[in-house]
Amino acid sequence: MDLSPFYQDLFTSLNRGLLMSLALIVPSAAGGVAIGVFAGAVRVFGRPWMRRLGDGYAALFRGTPLVVQLFVLYFGLPNLGLYLSPYAAAVIGFVLCSGAYQSEYVRGALLSIKSGQYHGAQALGFTGWQTIRWIIVPQAFRRSLHGCGNEIVYLIKYSSLAYVVTCMELTGEGKTIAAEYFRFTEVFAVIGLYYLALVTVAILLLKRLEQRLAIPGFGQH
Amino acid sequence: MLPSLNVVLDSLPFLLQGTLNTAAIVLGAMLLGLALGVVMAVGLVYGSRPVRWLLELYVWFFRGVPVIVLLFLFYYGLFTWLGLHISAVLSMALILGLTTGAYQANIFRGAILSLPRGQFRAASALGMSDLQAIRAIVLPQILRLSIPAWSNEYSIILKDSALAFVIGAPEIMARTQFVASRTYQHLPLYLTAGLLYYLLTWLGVAGLRRLERTMRIPGYTHQDMP
Amino acid sequence: MTAATTPILRVENLTKCYGATCILKGASLTLGKGEIKVLIGPSGGGKSTLLQCLNCLVQPDSGEIWLDGVRIDLQSKPDLYRLRQQVGMIFQDFNLFDHLSALDNITIALRKVKKAGRREAEERARIELDQVGLGDKGHLYPAQLSGGQKQRVAIARALAMDPKVLLLDEPTSALDPELIGEVIAVIRNLAAQGMTMIMATHQISLIATLADEILFMAGGDIVEQGSPARLLAPGNTSKSQGFCDRLNEISDGG
Repeated sequence: MDLSPFYQDLFTSLNRGLLMSLALIVPSAAGGVAIGVFAGAVRVFGRPWMRRLGDGYAALFRGTPLVVQLFVLYFGLPNLGLYLSPYAAAVIGFVLCSGAYQSEYVRGALLSIKSGQYHGAQALGFTGWQTIRWIIVPQAFRRSLHGCGNEIVYLIKYSSLAYVVTCMELTGEGKTIAAEYFRFTEVFAVIGLYYLALVTVAILLLKRLEQRLAIPGFGQH
Repeated sequence: MLPSLNVVLDSLPFLLQGTLNTAAIVLGAMLLGLALGVVMAVGLVYGSRPVRWLLELYVWFFRGVPVIVLLFLFYYGLFTWLGLHISAVLSMALILGLTTGAYQANIFRGAILSLPRGQFRAASALGMSDLQAIRAIVLPQILRLSIPAWSNEYSIILKDSALAFVIGAPEIMARTQFVASRTYQHLPLYLTAGLLYYLLTWLGVAGLRRLERTMRIPGYTHQDMP
Repeated sequence: MTAATTPILRVENLTKCYGATCILKGASLTLGKGEIKVLIGPSGGGKSTLLQCLNCLVQPDSGEIWLDGVRIDLQSKPDLYRLRQQVGMIFQDFNLFDHLSALDNITIALRKVKKAGRREAEERARIELDQVGLGDKGHLYPAQLSGGQKQRVAIARALAMDPKVLLLDEPTSALDPELIGEVIAVIRNLAAQGMTMIMATHQISLIATLADEILFMAGGDIVEQGSPARLLAPGNTSKSQGFCDRLNEISDGG
């Protein structure tokens, strides 16, 4: 089947955009989780001032729109002489924002672990570090998996915002080609399908992972 | 620092007017989402197989496609193609409403499924039709139960409303952009916009918490459910 | 039963206060090898706190602890870790690790704390599980076990560490009545094998039949102390007798 020039153009651009989207999503997801784990742990185990700092960070980045954060990074920082590339601004923005949400899930998971687990470990002679490494972390990881996984799915969708800081991922490429041919409906219907595919695959992988790591009776409370 | 502060203060009334549009968008979207969510949740729990299948498809679509893509698809795509002249503000409310409807359908579905079966059975035993039972017994309970999750949806929709500038709706973000592009004071202006959104989030969530408290039924918590 | 040499555990003047309230007001006791002492008394009397101070899960405000003649430096973390490796504790709420199977609950301490090899640890764990009658349930997770089974796994876990002393904090209080018997049987077995134990409990049968000495605690002090024969003799008017009588009324006599 020979595709019309429009569709050939479309898929070339979109596939290019898809690669950029993936280049945005993967590091942002990893960075977001890393920050989330660190901030979540600080918010639970840190000293009072550290906890307040962590809570403040999370409140700030969860309470303001991601768009505004991206604008501040890309358009605002130049006022201070700091110039970020579109890609850098997008990734930094995603990492900071996603990290705030991830820290909520990590924090919730850590808090949900009964104090008895600590006592049991201590009574057996585990050191503080050993308790955290072998008893707390494995449980907290499983408890936070669903929330953190969901947050990554959200990230896939919100990666489309990179367009507003002129980073050309799926949405950006789509806008260009739709404007060129003035066929917005078709172009964005196809883009919608691209995102649906990404999201659906991610959800399936998450479900598979959850099933793999499931422990009988170890549910989310 | 001083010129930027002046710019912010001068443009504040202009920005605050944008708040009205933002509020309109969010209110419209949340109400539409509520209506859609409740109806779809009932359909998802009590409906026939084809109905459920269609609703699942709707939910899958609107939970998987990013808002900005929906904006382009509907506002620049479908509406233009169909010759519909819907204002940007209304379009935004509509699109966000359809999106949050999908999420709220899931929230309410979860709430319905968490109700003890006995509630519905008792209603049927008293002679109520399914519809009456749903309206009089199921809905009042799940609406109360869902307030926290709904409050969360509110804060998400409020933040999503900032994307309305993409289709030219004159809300907070668009107006901030307008001023910033003329004064080049991007940083203080966008920080101010962020602050405005933060305050609106905080107000809304606090208000909903107040609502939850006034609607509370003594002794009735989710934990009491078997 | 006379301990001719140094006692296994010697404790002097332990105090613990939270702000203005003092839960423990200078408790002292000694424990010889193979002795079983039972703490009884009303809630809030300090039994649990005393036990938790013995392995320093709760840090005492003042006092001295000697384990097997060696003084424990309560400020030194390594000392505390070593103390806990040699003193086992059984909790009212079992505190099994929820993410590990019964077998792994036992092996993890052996491998991480005592640095045993994997195969060694598993063999030892199986032996201990057999001893408490759960040899075939090693692969099950805590959520799949009944209360009585969980407590027995907890006991196996503590025993695998070869403790010099076993502390039991109300081991049967969280169990349904029909499950208490299996745990009591295991504890009796331990006693018969000569395990040194300090136990806080409401269980009459344990108090009356296993205790070498009863310590009645109230208001943070050891108010009364003596052998069951002396304190619980019929017609006796000791506080312990009064307490046990009340316990007898509540339960079905043990």
